[in-house]
Amino acid sequence: MTQGIPFNVPFLAVAALIGISFYIILSQRNLIKLVMGLSIMASGINLFLITLGYREGGVAPIYTHAPAGVMVLPVPQALTLTSIVIAVACLALMLSMVIHIYRHTGSTDSEKSRIMKG
Amino acid sequence: MMSKIVRTMASLLILFALIYGLYIIMHGHLTPGGGFQGGAVFASGIALLIVAFGSDNIHKTLKEHHLSILESSGGLIFIGLAFGGLAIVFFYNFLVGSPIFGHIPPSGPNPGDIWTAGVIPFMNIAVGLKVLAGLSAILLVMALATTVTEVEE
Amino acid sequence: MRKIAIAVSLSIFIAFLIATAFLIHPFGYPPSEMDDYIIENTQSETGANNAVTAVVFDYRGFDTLGEATILFTAVTGVVMLFRAKKKREK
Repeated sequence: MTQGIPFNVPFLAVAALIGISFYIILSQRNLIKLVMGLSIMASGINLFLITLGYREGGVAPIYTHAPAGVMVLPVPQALTLTSIVIAVACLALMLSMVIHIYRHTGSTDSEKSRIMKG
Repeated sequence: MMSKIVRTMASLLILFALIYGLYIIMHGHLTPGGGFQGGAVFASGIALLIVAFGSDNIHKTLKEHHLSILESSGGLIFIGLAFGGLAIVFFYNFLVGSPIFGHIPPSGPNPGDIWTAGVIPFMNIAVGLKVLAGLSAILLVMALATTVTEVEE
Repeated sequence: MRKIAIAVSLSIFIAFLIATAFLIHPFGYPPSEMDDYIIENTQSETGANNAVTAVVFDYRGFDTLGEATILFTAVTGVVMLFRAKKKREK
């Protein structure tokens, strides 16, 4: 590395988001809080994809009335669009299953809905 | 079913929300936006209707199998357009240069022209129909299943 | 026992994430050859002014096809889970 170790603030924000959501998924027992942790992790991944493609002093990659300047990369933005839609679909299915588990067992605790009890 | 002020304001604002969503879908090849974003804006207008009027009243007019027909037709149009350029390769843009949506814009910054971009506006409409119908169906079904009814004694 | 396992795995993962945040390319100067080609040739090959829409629907159309399939599967699953059971009269 000829220019030293860079201090990138956006990538540290992504590391904080993914780390906090990983702790939530590992340690919470309530089902709604688990679903919230997964949603925060999806947001962290989308932020990482967008900040990979930023150019210094850049404008949006659209040619209609474009101001002067270099354009940022368009391919990570296209991948982020797909990722957001997939996160919405997974969230809808997870919440439907949480409603069904609540109606079947009467509580939203993940320890009380194990089927095979020892 | 909320109070009279909320119902009146919702039935006034729903017009602007739906028109804005359709505008974002249709101008996807000139300004930021496209099929997915416009479909999400449209579905949020339907969410405003469901919250203001109650899901039972909305279910009398808007049933799930109408939305299912819309969504399936959007998907079929998307695949049919992909097969249209099969003479060269699977997703080929076969309308660039032809009289329908076939102008080519000058290079560099320019004021936009709607008749450009080949097969992309039709794909935007197809994906917009699919996302709009899909998200509205999810919202309507989940709102119907979680309404609180009176407990019989 | 459970708390020790959570602490160890969490510390390893967070150390890996922070090391990645310091060793990746500096923010604002990404390596890019494919995107330079796409920005140059969007208006002459596809005829669209919007490079992001051209990438989503023309240069990478298969990803959009897969994602439309996922959306259709999710809507089918949600509507199927909330069907009312018909009472059997026997």
